[in-house]
Amino acid sequence: MKMNGARIMLECLKKEGVDTVFGYPGGTVINIYDELFSFKEIRHILPRHEQAGTHAADGYARATGRVGVAIATSGPGATNTVTGIATAYMDSIPMVIITGQVPTPLIGNDAFQEVDIIGITRPCTKHSFLVKDVKELALIMKKAFYIARTGRPGPVLVDLPKDVQIAQTEFVYPETVEIRSYKPTTTGHPRQVEKAMAMMLESRRPVVYVGGGAVLSNASDELTELCRKLAMPVTTTLMGLGSFPENDPNSLGMLGMHGAYCANMAMTHADLIIAIGARFDDRVTGKLATFAPHARIIHVDVDPTSIKKNVRVDLPIVGDVRDVLAKMIKQADKLTDKVAEFKAALAPWHEDIVGWKAKHPIGYKNSTTVIKPQFVIQKLRELSDEDAIISTDVGQHQMWTAQFFQFNKPRTLLSSGGLGTMGYGLPAAMGAQAAFPERQVITICGDGGVQMNIQEMATLVQNRLPVKIVILNNNFLGMVRQWQELFFDKRYSSTCMELPIDYVKLADAYGAKGFSTSKPGEVEKVIKAAFKHTGPVIMEFMIAREEKVLPMVPAGASLNEMVLNA
Amino acid sequence: MQHTISVLVENEFGVLSRIASLFSGRGFNIDSLSVAPTNEDGMSRMTIVTRGDDQILEQITKQLNKLIDVIKVIDFTDGSGIERELALIKVTAEDESRAEVLRIVDIFRAKIIDVTPKSYTIEATGNPLKIDAILDLLRPLGLKELVRTGAVSIGRGAKGWKG
Repeated sequence: MKMNGARIMLECLKKEGVDTVFGYPGGTVINIYDELFSFKEIRHILPRHEQAGTHAADGYARATGRVGVAIATSGPGATNTVTGIATAYMDSIPMVIITGQVPTPLIGNDAFQEVDIIGITRPCTKHSFLVKDVKELALIMKKAFYIARTGRPGPVLVDLPKDVQIAQTEFVYPETVEIRSYKPTTTGHPRQVEKAMAMMLESRRPVVYVGGGAVLSNASDELTELCRKLAMPVTTTLMGLGSFPENDPNSLGMLGMHGAYCANMAMTHADLIIAIGARFDDRVTGKLATFAPHARIIHVDVDPTSIKKNVRVDLPIVGDVRDVLAKMIKQADKLTDKVAEFKAALAPWHEDIVGWKAKHPIGYKNSTTVIKPQFVIQKLRELSDEDAIISTDVGQHQMWTAQFFQFNKPRTLLSSGGLGTMGYGLPAAMGAQAAFPERQVITICGDGGVQMNIQEMATLVQNRLPVKIVILNNNFLGMVRQWQELFFDKRYSSTCMELPIDYVKLADAYGAKGFSTSKPGEVEKVIKAAFKHTGPVIMEFMIAREEKVLPMVPAGASLNEMVLNA
Repeated sequence: MQHTISVLVENEFGVLSRIASLFSGRGFNIDSLSVAPTNEDGMSRMTIVTRGDDQILEQITKQLNKLIDVIKVIDFTDGSGIERELALIKVTAEDESRAEVLRIVDIFRAKIIDVTPKSYTIEATGNPLKIDAILDLLRPLGLKELVRTGAVSIGRGAKGWKG
């Protein structure tokens, strides 16, 4: 059947199983919107800013594991998506972004709302396509989804000129796709897995260091089974939180700059590090020269460029994390005697770890007069549903959430780890809530970041997305203030927000509900009331203004040089 | 250490800028780059001369391979390749230097491709070191203009790149 390009694009989305898109109309996508008007199989959510639409698609993707889809018009619409695309790229989130483009004869003429979005996004997309002929559109869409979701996932941009949306052709969606230049390695080499198992069983002080790759490949069950089978301690990065249950006795919690003392000490004293879908980011390793000085390193990653990028690796395994972990479990099952021997030999190592955990547990000093942010996070965990999805912005509240919430299930924490994008939390929660209308979705924000996409309150109310917004308000850009306090002599340059905002009135203005308190005794009451409310809610907690995130490894210091109290 | 890398790519829109932006974005050096279509439909071949230690070279080849449009990356540094470069050289040639230029051209088995009473234009082909050598000899005579293609490289032996 002959269709125009706009309709073909929507048919392709349907074929890919897309049920929700986040998009903003404009001159060069008006034909797509005209088709959407009568296209009932896809739910379209209109954000109030294209950046938020892109973050929402990202939140949708992180929460579901499916490909998130965002639409924007050419020019400013397209440039507004860039932060959202870069955020997804840094955290390897599968997304397809469709941007309108000026008609092909006008490309390069500085036409109205023309921008070279392919050029602008080249360094922050996994790949991108400019569709020049409607006959290529279906194949390009097929490739875009395939590339976004396979290998190391990432955002793919499809730039669709207006005349291609209008042009007509037969719609045939290819059943399969074959790209001769793109063949990601997905299965781990069995010999490498055998060698890895031998190295593990020889080690006496092993640490499993898990990153976002374990979440992305849905490897949580395999990871948990293997680590429990071998009684190996597990630490995760921010992106890896939830992949291994934090309530397991072998969990060390998060490592790195604001990681647990026991996790950083374990890394420093380990004789073997098994890196699973993690990339040895500078926030994790601290000073590279003194990172894990005694350890041999096994690195499992689907992306070969992650291996040996920052640290030397003794045994690389390229492949999908889930596949490799499943193979490791099979290996371990063949070696039951050796595994038993190994577990017994780990006793002194477990004693060391228990000692570190007891010496400096993650903690804080509570107060009866002022609300401590950590207390709010703990109360949120206590009062929220087991399968609640939490999104965060970036800064102190993000680290407190990572430290105190305790994530036991994958895909329950949505946070911008790589790019560190303020303004991510609220729209990401919106995307997750659109995917899971029945689940509790909570976004934990600071008073800085929440204002970067506060306009999305309107989207929440309009679309009946009952996101619970928590604002830990210290009237500061808290993380930068903390650095200014510790490293810049308390010269609080431009980090005090000064103007107080009435968030209760603000919620009211959008037709949502607002609560605010500065009393520790009211925290529980506010949370309960907010959770009971059926629509979107703002909970503002006036917190201790100069509370710091601790412990902390100062930038450039070694992992074992932690500031514990300051 | 200098490396010569061949990159086989899909002849797609924007592929050159993807490769160039990879090098600039990650702080890798490009000493020379040449690109043209191959005998296979829709496939181009780039030869990139770059430099760096082993770890950097490993990253360069991995990052190139990661680009969706890259079909194959071949590093010829271990002497497995033959390298050639072409240079067009416009040199001052008056009176006594005219004979000297001709002698140099003859020694390097280069060609004169344009003549005026005051100049010769020379076409020289060879390994980049040979081009450097002829330039060293011509420079004192008055080099007016120089164009080099950058190196291209192909594997030794009977096998093609597919093996």
